[in-house]
Amino acid sequence: MRLTSPPKPHAARTEQIILFRISGQLFALSSASVQEVRSVDTLAGSAKDISQPALRKVRQTVKRGELSLYVVNGALHFGLPASPPALVFVLRHTRTALLVDGIEKMTTMTRLQALPLAFCHEEREWYRGLTAIDQAVIPVVKPEGFLTRDELALLDESASSGDLHTDATPSNSRPSHISHAGESPSFAP
Amino acid sequence: MTSVPESESFVLLRLGDRRFAVAAGNIAELVAPSRIFRFPHRTPEIEGVILRRGRIVPVCDVAEKLLGKSLPVRRFYLIAQRRYVAQTEWVALPVTGECELILAEMTPAGESDLPHVSGWLSHAGEVIEVLNLSALTPVPQPSAAPITELALQDARP
Repeated sequence: MRLTSPPKPHAARTEQIILFRISGQLFALSSASVQEVRSVDTLAGSAKDISQPALRKVRQTVKRGELSLYVVNGALHFGLPASPPALVFVLRHTRTALLVDGIEKMTTMTRLQALPLAFCHEEREWYRGLTAIDQAVIPVVKPEGFLTRDELALLDESASSGDLHTDATPSNSRPSHISHAGESPSFAP
Repeated sequence: MTSVPESESFVLLRLGDRRFAVAAGNIAELVAPSRIFRFPHRTPEIEGVILRRGRIVPVCDVAEKLLGKSLPVRRFYLIAQRRYVAQTEWVALPVTGECELILAEMTPAGESDLPHVSGWLSHAGEVIEVLNLSALTPVPQPSAAPITELALQDARP
């Protein structure tokens, strides 16, 4: 008689995420979505001011090759109290550079639950879903959710109309460390 | 021969000094308040979410709609099932007192009743609104995806 071998347990699927704070609120973001992490100080000199009164969350733009990235203030985007950002995340496959207060930690999530249907406004564009980490529920942000198509069009229009001013703050920027192919973000302190 | 009216089960819940009813089939459980997790969003009726049996459950304060003010004191969450077009989800309703399971005969709502009223029942000398949770809780946009769990990116074995 042959004994059937016990079924092999399925290895848990995981996703590496960065937990970060904006105005004290914790958010998660897939680390694969982050191309580069920089100190806001390194933006000085390379950033240009942009004036779009309808979009208070974007005040600056930075050049990355042919593209202009728009620097989004995370606190204003989410309607949180203003707080001084320390870091900027350059988000892969988007034109967003996101200002955040700081990184809490890097960890993995094993489950992403869809945002309950009871949430039925802009938050459906902001979040991929919710995850539970250490008995806390954390929203997982959607990288492409920070700027809508219409907002990008508005910003592009402002940028092309020449309403840009170079940031006069003395630059202490270091060479950018853009990782094009790797999945892990590069860090430029 | 006359037909005998059929009684149904209802859960009576208390919000402040008023009582309301929900069809018992729509109720999952009554739980003590647990930690509520808040994060930025733009749906005013939703306060946040709680974790219950591994599920993330939105907390919907229906008192604002029913009483015109939110509840200063809440003793329990009544976990109810909210039916959507393609799925059912749990929603936690804060209530101020213990709930009661009763058998009663419901009079269906009339045209002049508000959308959140699915009927009326008479119990212990009181006329009580039977709530239609679909009208009382936020209505999703038609494009909202009818799924509960999402695939992870960059999944590694």
